[in-house]
Amino acid sequence: MLFLRPVFGRAGRRTGGPLVNRWALLAIPVLIFLLVGFLAPLLIMAVRSVTDLPAGSEGDPLTNFRRFFGGEANLRVLGNTFFIAGLSTLGCLLIGYPYAYLMRLASPRWAGLLLIAVLVPFWSSLLVRTYAWQVILRDTGLINSTLRGWGIIDQPLDLYQTTTGVLLGMTQILLPFMVLPLFTTMARIDPELTKAAANLGASPTRAFLRVFFPLSVPGVLAGSLLVFVLALGFYITPALLGSPKNTMLSAFIATRVQQQLDWGLASAMAMVLVAITLVVLFLASRVIRVRDVFGALDAE
Amino acid sequence: MTADTPALVLGGVRKRFGEFTAVDGVDLEVRRGEFITLLGPSGSGKTTTLRMIAGFLTQDEGSIRIAGEEMTRVPPYRRDVGMVFQNYALFPHMTAAQNIAFPLQMRNVGHDERKRRITEALELVKLASFGDRYPRQLSGGQQQRIALARAIVFRPRLLLMDEPLGALDKKLREALQLEILRISRQLESTVVYVTHDQEEALVMSDRIAIFDKGQIQQLGTGEDLYERPTSVFVADFVGESNMLRGRLEREGDVMWLHRGAWRWRVDPTIAGAPGLGDGVAAALVVRPEHLRVVAVDAPKDGANAVDAAVTEVLYLGPTRKIELALPDGVAAVVRQPAGTEGDWRPGDRVRLEWSLDRAVVVPDPAGDTPVASDTPQLEATPPDAPRPAA
Amino acid sequence: MGEAGSWRSPHRLALLALGVATVIFLVGPMLVVIPMSFTGAKILSWPPVGFSFQWYAKMLEDPQWSRGFLNSMQVATLTAIVSTILGTLAALGIVRGRFPGKGMANALILSPLIVPLIIIAIGFFAFYSIARLTGSLPGLVLAHTALAVPFVVINVGTVLRTMDRNLELAAASLGADPVRTFWRVTFPIILPGVFAGALFAFITSWDEVVVSIFMTSTRFRTLPVEMWEQVRQVVDPTVAAVATVVMVVTTTLLLFVLVARRRVPVR
Repeated sequence: MLFLRPVFGRAGRRTGGPLVNRWALLAIPVLIFLLVGFLAPLLIMAVRSVTDLPAGSEGDPLTNFRRFFGGEANLRVLGNTFFIAGLSTLGCLLIGYPYAYLMRLASPRWAGLLLIAVLVPFWSSLLVRTYAWQVILRDTGLINSTLRGWGIIDQPLDLYQTTTGVLLGMTQILLPFMVLPLFTTMARIDPELTKAAANLGASPTRAFLRVFFPLSVPGVLAGSLLVFVLALGFYITPALLGSPKNTMLSAFIATRVQQQLDWGLASAMAMVLVAITLVVLFLASRVIRVRDVFGALDAE
Repeated sequence: MTADTPALVLGGVRKRFGEFTAVDGVDLEVRRGEFITLLGPSGSGKTTTLRMIAGFLTQDEGSIRIAGEEMTRVPPYRRDVGMVFQNYALFPHMTAAQNIAFPLQMRNVGHDERKRRITEALELVKLASFGDRYPRQLSGGQQQRIALARAIVFRPRLLLMDEPLGALDKKLREALQLEILRISRQLESTVVYVTHDQEEALVMSDRIAIFDKGQIQQLGTGEDLYERPTSVFVADFVGESNMLRGRLEREGDVMWLHRGAWRWRVDPTIAGAPGLGDGVAAALVVRPEHLRVVAVDAPKDGANAVDAAVTEVLYLGPTRKIELALPDGVAAVVRQPAGTEGDWRPGDRVRLEWSLDRAVVVPDPAGDTPVASDTPQLEATPPDAPRPAA
Repeated sequence: MGEAGSWRSPHRLALLALGVATVIFLVGPMLVVIPMSFTGAKILSWPPVGFSFQWYAKMLEDPQWSRGFLNSMQVATLTAIVSTILGTLAALGIVRGRFPGKGMANALILSPLIVPLIIIAIGFFAFYSIARLTGSLPGLVLAHTALAVPFVVINVGTVLRTMDRNLELAAASLGADPVRTFWRVTFPIILPGVFAGALFAFITSWDEVVVSIFMTSTRFRTLPVEMWEQVRQVVDPTVAAVATVVMVVTTTLLLFVLVARRRVPVR
């Protein structure tokens, strides 16, 4: 507010106001809380990745990282993590793009309903959702029982604790993060453009491919990057719906901590995961304002 | 404070935003009960000035006195000024009556007295039964009237209005202009009104201050500004004007305005006016209704004249508008009652005449005479110019 | 949006079908849990057989579930309170405040949304166990608050940003000093955002599982963690009953948010 007396005197800035105003003080409690209660634990873990070294390798701070990248099993887990994250992204894209397009075509009321539908999984308990998939995918679950009941199959399909199951679960949860950036970008595309293309002689397919789709690419990129980065860090869903050969990095880290108490290695792996996350998010921020997506988390 | 203390005095007020100077030395004195308008294009500094009077911004230099009291150190909530915003700024979570009650509550006015004053205020704006409505249940015009009621219910020393009618359509605007005028007269309020609409300013104000580039270009009544502008900007901004730009030249006790091969007589007393004098670049300003259109060969009767070609004749109902082109392309406009003699067509060559006392001369800092003594596009010889050199 | 165009064309129909299928995909699975919780059979198989409240009864009898429920309620309520206060102040400070490094402060506040939960979980585990706060109510509240604060800040921040600033100037011109302006004008207007933020904070804590796994102990467990243990070991429809209860609570709160949004005017 312009008429509050500045805290730090009249340091005339470009906008003709003080450098710091009184409102700034209100942010202090939360910043202290997060610095101590959030950032500090993460920094300590970063430190541990280079200080918690196994016996005999005290000289080399990067030991844990070497151990991680050197172990074949570790790399397999890393590869698997990327693989599953990538497939989830693809799945979300294939389902999410038409859905976002549908939202764009719909009247505002229906678009709102579709939006709620896509946000529902987001706001319901992760565990409940994953458990629900268990119920559906098990040998005696919904899909198998129904298909057997209809006589389509004799033996149950192996869906539970497979990659397919993991993908289904993850796609459902990650879909909003694909749909929202896509929809935001699509909504900004002038509807007159496809009509202009039609007027100039393009069939609906060509109008779509050559006019609409290229303009929607920023949304595709942003959504894909976001989904990918979130999928990398998933823990519950792959652990419950997948088998040991689907182990992802997060579960790997968890067992290192809970079972082997190998904090050094776990911290190192955590740092790798954070690094990948930040890089991918940085790339996404070049294309779309990531904050717009998180902004959908308010009750709009 | 005595009865003659001005309601508002601005002395040398300046405000900068980084490199940009929004208000560049404004001096203004507003009498009690006066309705003064700050008029100007966007970015001219009028709104910034208003906000400084209200206390939302602090000036970098200069003083602001309300009823004799220096206001620089006084925050807005102690200045006792009422403010009406362009977007109404009614509190959405309160009813109309609660909105109006707000300033009274801030001043600890008792419950019964408050009720009385709210009812009074609602009646004043002719919305007596609308007290329990929420702003979203009111139309734009109604919201603005409630905003006005809220701003006057506590009888402020000064009433400020920041383009309050800008968001409304024309008919509503005109109706509310008169309402605001009526109410302010009834309450004997001192009003400082900001607008970019000159018609609005002319209708409502006792005096108008024209703003441009952060300064007051001219201060006066509507008539002063219209009939006697003191600068090219004012002549151009207020109403339509025809301008002949040239250079002043004195010959004995006669003063001429030269432009290329033409020259016109001007009132010699202007030589004393600021910015005008022998050899100065100046512009001759004639309002469209003061120009007469006559045939090229009509006998001259002591008026100033210039040749022109008709480009367009527009029928506007009660009036006629004739657009013309002068030598070297400068445009001119004539407005005359529809019945005026003369059936002019585009392409006609005519002469425009005006009387000496209907023309005003203003300094023209922007220009030297654009054309030297080249042959003008029209071949007719100006009536009282010396024969051009061969 | 709402483009004109025939909804009968094959393109559109296919799109519509896909849309419907997607909605079923999104919402369907969770609904499956509800009938499952009422099955009369003793095992987790589809379709549910008969109709029985046995699993709900089992849930109520089992002290683990009822304790878990109470613990979750406590943690979520406290988390909601603390994070709403911190978050509302933070939103005011970020949106209205001016200070160097504001961008970084904003990033810090939103970072719990971005950092993978497992990393937060083990980080907290190591850090809080030093302070002996794991497996306790305060420790869990602190951990959940860090996760919930971003939602409060986003909600309050949005309302704050879209609020008409002239309202505060008007209040000042009418005689209200900054404190009175805040309580009588600003706060009532941002209240829907605060309320929504509080509810989202509650839901976040109520449903939170990853960090809670590491921050709880056998002495003190929240409901989601109990479910996690059960789901991995015991194949028993009791979990379905618990899941249904969890969903009912969450859905009710979300409906509250939607209703509250409609009722209080912002402009």
